[in-house]
Amino acid sequence: MLLAILSDIHGNREAFEAVLAAARAAGAARFVVLGDIVGYGADPEWCAERTRALAQDGAIVLRGNHDDAVGNPNVTMNSTATMALEWTRRQLGSDTRAFLAALPLKAREGDCFFVHADASVPSDWNYVLDASDAGQHLDACEARISFCGHVHKPALYCAAPGGKVTHFCPVAATPVPLLPQRRWLAVMGAVGQPRDGNPCAAFALYDTDSAELRFLRTAYDVETAAGKIRTAGLPLSLADRLFEGR
Amino acid sequence: MVRARLKPGDEIDGFVVEALAHNGGMARIWKVSRPDIAYPILMKVPVLGEGDDPAAIVGFEMEQMILPRLSGPHVPRFVANGDFATLPYIVMERLPGTSLYPLLERLPLPPEEVAAIGAQVAAALDSLHRQNVVHLDLKPSNVMFRESGEAVLIDYGLARHIHLPDLMDEQFRLPYGTAPYMAPEQVLGTRSDFRSDLFALGVMLYFFATGERPFGDPQRLKGLKRRLWRDPLPPRARNTSIPPALQEIILRCLEVNPAWRYPSAAQLALDLQDLSSVKLTARAEKIKRDPLGTVLRRRFNPVPIETVKPQTAETQLSNAPIVAVAIDLAGGTPELAEAKRRTVARIIENTPDARIACLNVLKINRIAIDTSLDEEGRNKHVMRLVELRTWSTGLPTPGGGITFHVLEAVSPADAILAYARENHVDHIVMGARAESAMRSMLGSVSGEVAAHAPCTVTVVRNRQRPG
Repeated sequence: MLLAILSDIHGNREAFEAVLAAARAAGAARFVVLGDIVGYGADPEWCAERTRALAQDGAIVLRGNHDDAVGNPNVTMNSTATMALEWTRRQLGSDTRAFLAALPLKAREGDCFFVHADASVPSDWNYVLDASDAGQHLDACEARISFCGHVHKPALYCAAPGGKVTHFCPVAATPVPLLPQRRWLAVMGAVGQPRDGNPCAAFALYDTDSAELRFLRTAYDVETAAGKIRTAGLPLSLADRLFEGR
Repeated sequence: MVRARLKPGDEIDGFVVEALAHNGGMARIWKVSRPDIAYPILMKVPVLGEGDDPAAIVGFEMEQMILPRLSGPHVPRFVANGDFATLPYIVMERLPGTSLYPLLERLPLPPEEVAAIGAQVAAALDSLHRQNVVHLDLKPSNVMFRESGEAVLIDYGLARHIHLPDLMDEQFRLPYGTAPYMAPEQVLGTRSDFRSDLFALGVMLYFFATGERPFGDPQRLKGLKRRLWRDPLPPRARNTSIPPALQEIILRCLEVNPAWRYPSAAQLALDLQDLSSVKLTARAEKIKRDPLGTVLRRRFNPVPIETVKPQTAETQLSNAPIVAVAIDLAGGTPELAEAKRRTVARIIENTPDARIACLNVLKINRIAIDTSLDEEGRNKHVMRLVELRTWSTGLPTPGGGITFHVLEAVSPADAILAYARENHVDHIVMGARAESAMRSMLGSVSGEVAAHAPCTVTVVRNRQRPG
C-alpha cells in the first residue's frame, strides 16, 4: 500500500490542496498527517476541517506543537509564532479546537511509527536536527521505520545494527529502499512552510510492500497563500518566507 | 540470521544452486538457474562471520540497493535480492568470458588496443554516471565484455548512488577502494564525484600502455596520499610507441584536481575513439617527472581539489554536454549561419564545459564511385574542413574544445543520427532548410533528425520578414 505522509501543513490551504492532489495522482491509498495542521498560515479552519475529513476516511492524524498550543494557554513561543497563534485561536470554532486537542501524539502501524517531533518525549517537541538526535529518537521507539516532522527540512537517518547513525539529505524523487536489516528515521519536509530553500510543498510516499520511500515536492500557488497571510494581518515575514522556502 | 551453507542442488526462493563459480574473501558466487529465466545467472552470497570486515556487509547492502536501479547494456541485469533475515544474496546476469584481469599477463598492449578498450570502458562509465552512480572501484577485474562488444562494469560494493543514502560514508574512517586505482579525492574521503572514475580509468590506461602502475600498489594511507603531490613518470618515458595524444589523455585523467580532468566520461570516450582530434597540451610532450623543487612545493602547498557534492554532481555533468552542430555549407543563407552561431554561442555560455563537434555532410552518390577531387583538383574534404573552421570563428572557447568533422554519406539525416548515437551526443543544433520546392519534394533533414535523434535537437530558423 502507498502511504502519503504529510507534516507541518501550518494552515496553508494552497499547499495542502496541491499535496493532496499530487499524492492522489501518484496513487496514495492512505494518508498520514504528522501534526502542525494550523499555525502561521491564513486557513487554519479549512486545513483542520480537511484533515478531519481525511481522519474520518481512515487517515492517521497526529497532534503537533502548534495544534497543541491552540488549547494550551501556558505555551511559550517566539513572538511571530505567538502572534500567529493568537490570531489562529480566534479563527477556530469549538469543534475544531476539540478535534485538535483530542489528536494523539503518536501512532504505530506495522513496522512504522509516527510522531510529530523527537520520539523520546513526544510532548517536549524536541527537534531531530542531526544524527545524534536521530539516534536518541531511534532508541526511544521500537518500530523499524519511524517518521517525524517539526523541523521543516527533509532528512533521512539510517542506523545499522549496533552501528553509527548516518544522515542523508534527499536530493531527488528517486525511491530510497529502506533496507530491512537497518532501522530508519525519515524527517518529513513541511507542506505549508518549507525551510530548506525550496519553496515547493514537501511530502513523502512510502510503499509498505516494497519498503521504498520517495521524498517529493510539488509546486503550489504561493502568491495566493502569501496574499491571504498579508490580508489577514499576520506578520509579513510569514508571507515572505514562503516565496523562498526559508 | 540463518547461516545456510549452500551446496549444489539446493533450492532458494525458486533458484536452483548448480555449482560454485568463485570463492572470494567477501562473497561466494554460485551458478544458479530458474526455469523462467533464459539467460545464465549467478548468485552472490556475502561471507558474513565473526570478526569479518564490516565493510563487506555494508558493501553488499550498497550493491543490493544500487544494482536494481541500474539498467542498460553496461551493467549486469539484476534478477533478485535475498532477505537478510533468511539468506542475503543478489541474483544477477552471468556474463560470458573473463574480465580484463587476464590482460595484465601480456602488458604493455599496443596503443590502439589501449585506446579501443578505454573508449569502451569510458562509454560504460558514461552510462553509469547518467544513472547517477559513481563506481569508485573501477579496475581490470571489474570490467567484462558482452559478446556484442559493450563493456560491462561489475561489482557495486563500493559504489555510490548520489540520490540514495551512502551507507559507506560516516561508517568508516578509512577510505575504501583499490589502492592502485583510487583517485586523490577518494583517498581523502570524497565519494560523490563522477570524475573519480575517470582517474581510475586513467590508471588502467597507463598500466595497459606501459605495463607499470603509475602510483604502484601502496598498502598504507601514507603511501596512498603520495599521489596527491608526486606525479607519475609520463607514459612515453616508459614506452616510446605511445602517441602523444594517448599520453595527453592518460595524464589528463590522472590530474590530481578533478576539475582538471575530463568533465565527463562521454568527452573522454570521444577523444579515445579518435586520437587525431585530441587537443595536445604540455602533457602530451612531457618526458620526465616534475623536478624535485616543484614536487616539494606541491607537497607543502597542495594542488586544489575541487570536488562536487552529491547535490551538485548532476549539474557538473550537465555543464559538459557534447553538442553536434550540423552545418549546411552550400544551401544555407548567411543569416541562418549567423543565427546558428549565436545559438551555439549561447549554449557555450550556459554550459561552459561543453564539447562542440562541427559536422558537415559531404553527400556521395548512391551508386557511382565518387571522385573526391573537384575541378580545381583540391580535395573536397579538406575544403569543407576549412569552411567549418571559418564558420566557427568568433565562437567563445568551450571547456571541452571544438572539433571539425566531414561525414561522407548518402543521406545527411542518417549520417547526423549515426554520429549522434556513436558519440554520446547530448544536443544537436541544425538549421532548417528554407521553404522551397526542394524541401517539399525531398522532405526536411532537420525534421527527420528531430524525429529520430537520441537527444535534444534545436532547429534554428530565421523568422520570415513580413512582406
